[in-house]
Amino acid sequence: MTTLLAYVPIFPEAVLAIGAMALLMAGVFRGERTTVPLNWFAVGLFAVAAYLVIRQSGGPVSLFNGSFVVDAFTRFMKVLTLIGSAVAIIMSFGYMREVRLEKAEYPVLIVFATLGMLMMISANDLIALYLGLELQSLSLYVIAALRRDSMRSSEAGLKYFVLGALSSGMLLYGCSLIYGFTGSISFPAIAATVAQGNVALGLIFGLVFLMAGLAFKISAVPFHMWTPDVYEGAPTPVTAFFAAGPKIAAMALLIRVLLMAFPSIFPQWQQILVFISIASMTLGSFAAIGQRNIKRLMAYSSIGHMGFALIGLAAGTEQGVTGIILYLVIYLVMTLGTFACILSMRRSDGMVETIDDLAGLARHNLPMAFALMLLLFSLAGIPPLAGFFAKYFVFLAAIQAGLYPLAIIGVLSSAVAAFYYLWIIKLMFFDEPADRFEPMLGELKAVLIAAGIFVVGYLIIHAPLEAAAESAAKALFY
Amino acid sequence: MELAGAFFYLFAATLVAAGFMVISSRNPVHAVLYLILAFFNSAGLFVLLGAEFLAMILVIVYVGAVAVLFLFVVMMLDIDFAELRAGFLKYLPFGATIGIILLIELILVLGTWVISPEISANATSPVPLAAEITNTEAIGLLLYTKYVYFFEASGIILLIAMVGAITLTLRHKEGVKRQNIAEQVARSPATSIEIKHVEPGAGI
Repeated sequence: MTTLLAYVPIFPEAVLAIGAMALLMAGVFRGERTTVPLNWFAVGLFAVAAYLVIRQSGGPVSLFNGSFVVDAFTRFMKVLTLIGSAVAIIMSFGYMREVRLEKAEYPVLIVFATLGMLMMISANDLIALYLGLELQSLSLYVIAALRRDSMRSSEAGLKYFVLGALSSGMLLYGCSLIYGFTGSISFPAIAATVAQGNVALGLIFGLVFLMAGLAFKISAVPFHMWTPDVYEGAPTPVTAFFAAGPKIAAMALLIRVLLMAFPSIFPQWQQILVFISIASMTLGSFAAIGQRNIKRLMAYSSIGHMGFALIGLAAGTEQGVTGIILYLVIYLVMTLGTFACILSMRRSDGMVETIDDLAGLARHNLPMAFALMLLLFSLAGIPPLAGFFAKYFVFLAAIQAGLYPLAIIGVLSSAVAAFYYLWIIKLMFFDEPADRFEPMLGELKAVLIAAGIFVVGYLIIHAPLEAAAESAAKALFY
Repeated sequence: MELAGAFFYLFAATLVAAGFMVISSRNPVHAVLYLILAFFNSAGLFVLLGAEFLAMILVIVYVGAVAVLFLFVVMMLDIDFAELRAGFLKYLPFGATIGIILLIELILVLGTWVISPEISANATSPVPLAAEITNTEAIGLLLYTKYVYFFEASGIILLIAMVGAITLTLRHKEGVKRQNIAEQVARSPATSIEIKHVEPGAGI
């Protein structure tokens, strides 16, 4: 019994792994008839896993010779990821019914992808990092191509797969260089070796390749090319899922690798992050302006938001990491809320996804238009909504770390980004109405209302959230 | 010792020759057969290194499963390999340049290879010496204790690869006749035989 108790920290992952296999068996034997119960079972699995994660307490515990670590930071990120995945599944019901895509494998693959994300968040050495990442990516490739009869979905899956395999190759090459030049795969041992001062050029090369691989996963410029096509081609609930959990897990992994394995060569990776951050913010803002498809627009929006979040990591301080964590929380809520609206863009003859279809939404469905307006204002970062505070924290951290140019470019590009968010709002409220949408489904309404309340009421609930984010960030700076 | 050296050069030379034949032979079936020869020779190299287990796994998995599968695929699919290889000569100088650059890089890297003491301290492994324990036992000890987390995670990744391949490619085609064993077993003379009385000289 004592030996089993030693493995309590990995119970959430174990629940997801065993649950996913149970789902797979149920799906195989019950066929396509039971997709809705299977989906709810997956949501239940996420709830149980989140409960187990919250139940864990105390400082860093590591398992399996230090490959797997659990601390306040992993707990916070895991809960966030689990919420993202659960909401993404709940939001998918209506769409999957609409396009006749009720497959038993969908919840199975989502649960496996989430398992991979949890493993990424807890990874404390290079092999665990790669296995978690590959587990997640492999599931995502399949989910992106799930709609086999749609050309665009297959194209999205193939594109994602080819570019993802390339990025995995770069990541692995980086890992092997790092291992070769430090003699260890474990983050603390790498940090100790690097701190002794033998920083070979090869090690820096390895670090750059590793960061390139991870930047691909968070779709930061210049590794963003896949994002718009995959977001557009994949089925919409899958796009919502892509925009939520995987980004958070990859960001958590990037934070942990850089702060745990390479703290003593901070200046080396700071310049890379500053470049990636500036490039993502500006490209995310400017390239989104010309978009007509709302899913492509959200892709560029997420590229930009990842750039903003990276500012906090470029600061390299505890406050900066707190800023990223809060940014990710707020980004998750805003993204899921916006996708609840996109999933409601449904006419009697099917789903629509161009921005012009939103024209005059306020005349037909004022509550939806109002909620979407709040979310878009928040995405643009207008006070007193949540999105403003997200940007405020990372910019503050950047200024305190002396990164004035980065903060200034950030503010300027967020002003550019505000243009296209405001343009959609103008379209919804002042333009001639397009055809009316079908009534919103109950579960989407619930997600939208929850997101709207969070965005408006952030000022009221910010204290406990910020305290939790601070204690999570503290776990990385002991 | 000299015998081992001689065998090393024998295996290595055959391996390189077989590898070259894999890409240059005209007949794809011959190419796969050369590939099998290459696998056998690398297994021989593993044996010389004292890694018997890896050698046997290489023969069982790569020769026994992968190469045979290749052979079936090559024999069953009608691929025009001559056409695939049409640009081979054209790209040969380019490929050779890259190969030479890689070779120079390898020589440069290995020639200046110095392992700092901290790194060698990191890389020391607590595994018992090869003399005390067999190969298989050593790998098993590591795989199922120290690296059990990675082992299980790799298992799940392979499961996803399988689920994904089936999800994306399996189609239930209409009009394909499948064997239904229960139906076959449940057949009785009453359902499957019809007895006709034929008048002599009249036919049916």
